[in-house]
Amino acid sequence: MKQNAEGRAALVRMRDVALAWGNGVTALDGLTLDVRAGEFLAILGPSGCGKSTALRLMAGLLAPTRGQVRRDGGLTAAGRVGFVFQDPTLTPWSRALANVRLPLDLAGVARAEANERAAAMLALVGLAGFERAWPHELSGGMRMRVSIARALATHPDLLLMDEPFAALDEFTRARLNDDLLALRDQLGFTVAFVTHSSWESVYLADRIVIMSARPGRVLDEIGVTAPPGRGAAFRASPAYASQCAAVLALAAAASGAVA
Amino acid sequence: MSVPASRGAPLRLLTPLLTGFAALALWELAVRWLAIPPYILPGPVQVLQTLWSDQAILAPALGVTLWTTLEALALAVVGGVLLALLFSRSRLLSAALYPFAVVLQVTPVIAIAPLLLVWLEPGSAVLVCAFLVAFFPVLSNTAAGLQAIDPGLDELFRLYGASRWQRLVRLEAPTAAPHFLAGLRIAGGLALIGAIVAEIAAGAAGQGSGLAWRIVEAGYRLNIPRMFAALLLISVSGVLIHAGLSLLSRLLPGRGAPP
Repeated sequence: MKQNAEGRAALVRMRDVALAWGNGVTALDGLTLDVRAGEFLAILGPSGCGKSTALRLMAGLLAPTRGQVRRDGGLTAAGRVGFVFQDPTLTPWSRALANVRLPLDLAGVARAEANERAAAMLALVGLAGFERAWPHELSGGMRMRVSIARALATHPDLLLMDEPFAALDEFTRARLNDDLLALRDQLGFTVAFVTHSSWESVYLADRIVIMSARPGRVLDEIGVTAPPGRGAAFRASPAYASQCAAVLALAAAASGAVA
Repeated sequence: MSVPASRGAPLRLLTPLLTGFAALALWELAVRWLAIPPYILPGPVQVLQTLWSDQAILAPALGVTLWTTLEALALAVVGGVLLALLFSRSRLLSAALYPFAVVLQVTPVIAIAPLLLVWLEPGSAVLVCAFLVAFFPVLSNTAAGLQAIDPGLDELFRLYGASRWQRLVRLEAPTAAPHFLAGLRIAGGLALIGAIVAEIAAGAAGQGSGLAWRIVEAGYRLNIPRMFAALLLISVSGVLIHAGLSLLSRLLPGRGAPP
């Protein structure tokens, strides 16, 4: 495993990656980016800059047109990477518990054990008692919690999140941010989190990379200084506000570079 | 004006029942007062009497027509679903065969029936006609359902390395099910129409003839009450087939897939 400058192993190493779609649109060009083991990485950029495409490359769902995507050997087995989409993407024909159980079912885990593990994960995301609820009976925030529980059901090393809270109201979003940080403290997974909110990125991430408009590449990178646990005090602190302002300025410069 | 749900349900059931009853009463009274002879228009009471007195002729005929309809529907389900699956697996096959399915669909079955009657014995020709009209809605709806797969769920199944069988059973079948059942509802009505039309074209008399032939035959004999009785049986069969297939859709778990 290669060590990077910070001395932490990279779970995913992307070097000079380009991805062009069949219709000639170039989504990414010259993207170089590491996801380091244990970090919470936020990927910030304007709409359509290829952030989601970068996540799919990390997941192994897409192959680059050019360049290199090296995924840590541990990630190649099924269930080592979790993915949370912009929409909850639940199966409407199965209840909450069965939705969370899906990755375990696909891996052939015995039903009783899978039920137990899925129920435990539902409880962990705050949905104990909702095992038998149908997706359409749940609120948007609760559906997203089910989606997160499903992504964590296999206890992945890397959790990829594609603007998961973008469609939620501000209060729900803030609570899910806190709960996501708590889950990560508890389970210890690495996160790559795509967002177009600089506030959200500073609140959640240890490190933020800022991408250019299409074709996307990394323009800038900034580390976040925050007290452990973060929480309401951090959200209200001048340190939070000043870092948000700094990130916002960088992001504005990034989109201004092309626009 | 909208009706509150509590009052809406009985109203939706009662209103057509009362309307129908009033119309029947008016019909009966008109026939009596105007002394319309039964060979022009029998009253509803006489139609019911005929239904009872001619049951030795009508019951076997109903059995023949219903059996043909159900056989055709079963064949349409097997053929339509299998072909839809093949189409979803091979774009080439879909491009090569789908236009012919459309040609079969848009050609009126009454025009094909004489040809089929030359090639096949009457019973089989009727069955093939009913199958031909019932087949297309099953095929086109199931094919559309198989294409309606949520792209996020598709990626999720790939991420977890789902096998072809797992994809079919856990993703494709449940996604396509509501579409398939919508097609089946249409096919049920069409199979009955196809069977009736083909019976009339076949004009097969004697043993083993269906309701439609009994109508034609009664027409030759100016036995108008029996025509009405047979017509009543056909209508009731159509309603029951539709109601039964609609009930199937309600048995789907959750919300099914988005239509």
